[in-house]
Amino acid sequence: MFVAALLLAGTFVAGQTPASPIKLGFLVPLSGAYAQNGRDILNGLLLYLDEIGYRAAGRPIELIVEDDEAIPAVGLTKARKLVERDQVHLMAGALLSSTGYALAPYIDSVRMPMVYPVVSADDLTQRRRSQWIVRTGWSGSQPNHAFGEYAYRDLKLRNVTTIALDYAFGWESVGGFERTFKDEGGAIVQKIWCPVSVHDFAPYLAQVSRDIDAVYALVLGRAALQFMRQYREFGLKQRVLLIGGGTTTDEHVLPFMGDEALGVITALHYSAALDTPANRTFAAAYRARFRKIPSYYAESMYTGAKWLVAAVERVHGRVEDRAAFMDALRSVKVADVPRGPVELDEYGNPIENVYIRRVERVNGELQNTVIATFPRVSQFWKYNPADYLSRPLYSR
Amino acid sequence: MAAGSKIALFVLLVAAPPLFDSYWIGLLTQVLIFAILAMSLDILLGYTGLPSLGHAGLFGVAAYSVALLSTVHHASFWVSVAGGILAGTLVSAIFGLLVSHVRDVYFLMITLALGMVLWGLSYRWIPVTGGDNGISGIPRFDAHAGLPVSGPAPVYYMTLVAFLACSGAMTRLVRSPFGFALRGIRENERRMKSLGFNTWLHCYASYVIAGAFASVAGVVWAYYNGFVSPTYLDLTASSEVFLMVTLGGPGTLVGPALGAGAIVLLKNVMSAYTHRWLLILGIVYIVTILAAPQGVWNVLNSPPRRTRGTRR
Repeated sequence: MFVAALLLAGTFVAGQTPASPIKLGFLVPLSGAYAQNGRDILNGLLLYLDEIGYRAAGRPIELIVEDDEAIPAVGLTKARKLVERDQVHLMAGALLSSTGYALAPYIDSVRMPMVYPVVSADDLTQRRRSQWIVRTGWSGSQPNHAFGEYAYRDLKLRNVTTIALDYAFGWESVGGFERTFKDEGGAIVQKIWCPVSVHDFAPYLAQVSRDIDAVYALVLGRAALQFMRQYREFGLKQRVLLIGGGTTTDEHVLPFMGDEALGVITALHYSAALDTPANRTFAAAYRARFRKIPSYYAESMYTGAKWLVAAVERVHGRVEDRAAFMDALRSVKVADVPRGPVELDEYGNPIENVYIRRVERVNGELQNTVIATFPRVSQFWKYNPADYLSRPLYSR
Repeated sequence: MAAGSKIALFVLLVAAPPLFDSYWIGLLTQVLIFAILAMSLDILLGYTGLPSLGHAGLFGVAAYSVALLSTVHHASFWVSVAGGILAGTLVSAIFGLLVSHVRDVYFLMITLALGMVLWGLSYRWIPVTGGDNGISGIPRFDAHAGLPVSGPAPVYYMTLVAFLACSGAMTRLVRSPFGFALRGIRENERRMKSLGFNTWLHCYASYVIAGAFASVAGVVWAYYNGFVSPTYLDLTASSEVFLMVTLGGPGTLVGPALGAGAIVLLKNVMSAYTHRWLLILGIVYIVTILAAPQGVWNVLNSPPRRTRGTRR
């Protein structure tokens, strides 16, 4: 059936003068420590392009993938290659904040429409906005603002210790949580920072105070697996509730965790267990194609791709008019995306739901069950954007 | 290198921009920058016999200085350039005091540690360096210098001028009596001492000079990319420069420059075609170490003299 459709499409294309392809340049780490996350982002893109048969507004889409090695200077060289040599019309990608910041001035200087599906560095849509970059993912502090309030009001937490990876993503996540949690009246007893390359959490877990209600953890990847294991080994699991940023129990690591992850509560703008028709369809298709649960990385790029294509349709495929395409990218509304309703604010960051998730075992598999939803959360939370921006960026 | 091939290479470098598209000009610019850096390390590693694993640190100090001067302090072009070179040289003058009395693997260890200190500083001194995110928004090389033209070609030519000036100066240096004294120290330090040479001072000077040229490369690299980040000065960066020198041929200046070119081009060209490019790069390293342990240029250039001086 599928083959027949392909053949049909082939003859159809061959029979006509083919429209020139829309070239989409794509950039994520496919080697090094972040290769797995980069692969998930690519998977999300491939899944959506498959769904639309690599065509938008009557033009075929040609995808060019580059590996940025999670090194900003390499990312910039690869971006130059995509723009100057491959002459792409649109770009998408980047995973690390450092790469995101490094690319922005170049992207602006060549006026290249680009979507950042994952890069979460707050300032990219706050104090250092870019003309030509639209973020379809999230900003690091965004779900944590909501989570700080939830932790105080609903989880009734008063004293919290944070343990986080020591880089911008960690600072912004903890910073967002701390701000709203303190506004409510809570106290951050300790802030413990671990180097990004941490192998052993023992020295950090040993510092955790005894007089706290919860530990807030922000880790990802291999470190998340190690953290969960050691948190239990230290006897903290029975005693102190573990909460954290969304990546701590994200689906890119969750399948590799055991019972030590049960009951951990985190906040993010997505959960693979989100029970909506759009997400059920997406998760099933993703699982069928890649044999794993979609992580937020995969969903982010899937939605990002849908967003790009919606903008292409809006301008009837005329992506060569970059200014018009950029307007379309900023104003287009994408419906039925897995994470729920989403729209851009005037700063280029999505306003979207934030989900509070608890790890549970369902049908033998761990999942992030959604236990509360904060609808339509802005990157500025409930604060006035001007006041918010007059304060410095979250730091250690 | 023979005069003929030198002129041919020079003509090729000067005539490159109209022949290639802007992406290739960008890559060539990178090649020139890393050639300066690799040649500067060659003064230490190849001529003086001091293996430094922290060389990218000095390169990074200069790059960060340019970034800070040009973005935070809005300094002019020449102030930023001079500031960058001065800062890198100053740091190497201080570090030189700590490393010049040790040799071989101890030198390697201390320079590695000092390189990590600089990396740690760039990563953790957040109010100044921006931490992991680095500093972006450095003005373009051509624009900041106030050139009437802009684009990849002027940047390339400015880099080419820096490259020619640096390589000329370094060539003169290694051919001077001072350069020969460095080679003497590499071959037999005790004998040089007994001849009355202050070997500590020679090693110190060699370290500072290498640091100064690395700073030039760092300054140009900061302008070329428009941003700086801690990945400039981490161990991976330092060992990559080390590989450029050992691959190309230590103690030749030409070899490391070619090594830099080979590695930059291999990395960028291969990774466009295959995701297994790291594997290929690894194989290239291994084959070179097995087949040409003195570096490609040494093997190509002087086959009859291969065994000279390797054993005492």
